[in-house]
Amino acid sequence: MIYEVFRQERKGQAFQHAGSVEAPDEPFAEWYAREQFGRRGESEALWVVARESILPIEDFVDELNRNYHRVDGYPLKEKLKEARERAGTSTQKAT
Amino acid sequence: MVSPVLRHVNERVELLLEIADDELILGWRDSEWTGIAPFLEEDVAFSSIAQNEIGHARALYELAARELGKTADELAFDRPPADYRCARLVELRLPSWEHTIARHYLYEEADAIRLEQLKASADAEFAGLAAKIDREELYHRMHAQMWFDRLENEPRFVAALDELRPLVGVRDGHTPELTELWVEMTMVRRSQPAGTTW
Repeated sequence: MIYEVFRQERKGQAFQHAGSVEAPDEPFAEWYAREQFGRRGESEALWVVARESILPIEDFVDELNRNYHRVDGYPLKEKLKEARERAGTSTQKAT
Repeated sequence: MVSPVLRHVNERVELLLEIADDELILGWRDSEWTGIAPFLEEDVAFSSIAQNEIGHARALYELAARELGKTADELAFDRPPADYRCARLVELRLPSWEHTIARHYLYEEADAIRLEQLKASADAEFAGLAAKIDREELYHRMHAQMWFDRLENEPRFVAALDELRPLVGVRDGHTPELTELWVEMTMVRRSQPAGTTW
């Protein structure tokens, strides 16, 4: 069985995937995860999850090319800058 | 050799050496699985247990060394095999995994009782160290118990337990395997001229 291990480096931070361990059952998985991702004080907490418990999603269908759903191609930065200049609230100091 | 001094030591040093020698020799034996354990995760785990045991030995030798005016290294490596206090159980070279796990389980079981007694000792320094060691041994016990639960109905494991159980705590004399290990363990140190600093 493969168990995926997620690691929280500091309290309050998001958990990030750290790696995986192979173990016959949960107690072994816990032990091996502690050993490989926790014994050097590098983790505040771990999440150990059987790989088969993870619901993977890999296909994102976009047959009609509805690119207005995407966040790319819409540079807000320039538009914001213009709007600020018009309103006279530019963060840049006038010289 | 510090041996003449160590034939007659007080009870405290005697006990420190007994536990330290157990941990050092078992640590060496367990470390023989590094690189060849049944699978990678267990290789890392068991090597780490071996390293912990040697760390415990060092801390115990340091306490004894202070009392004897020696160093931990001198106590660990400069005595002849006959002066070691370890139990026969830890001396054996066990190239089978079921024997190794059987020994691990039996040792942790016996060590837990010993540490429990030491933690209650009036000797605050010794009791403090025992408590510190016990916090790591707790994980060793968990590890041994997991393997026990998995293998307890396997005839090979049961046979290994039966074979090794009579050796727990037997300290009257040593096996030839201790001398073999001692030769390997002290080889580098003995190859250097006296007074070499490390």
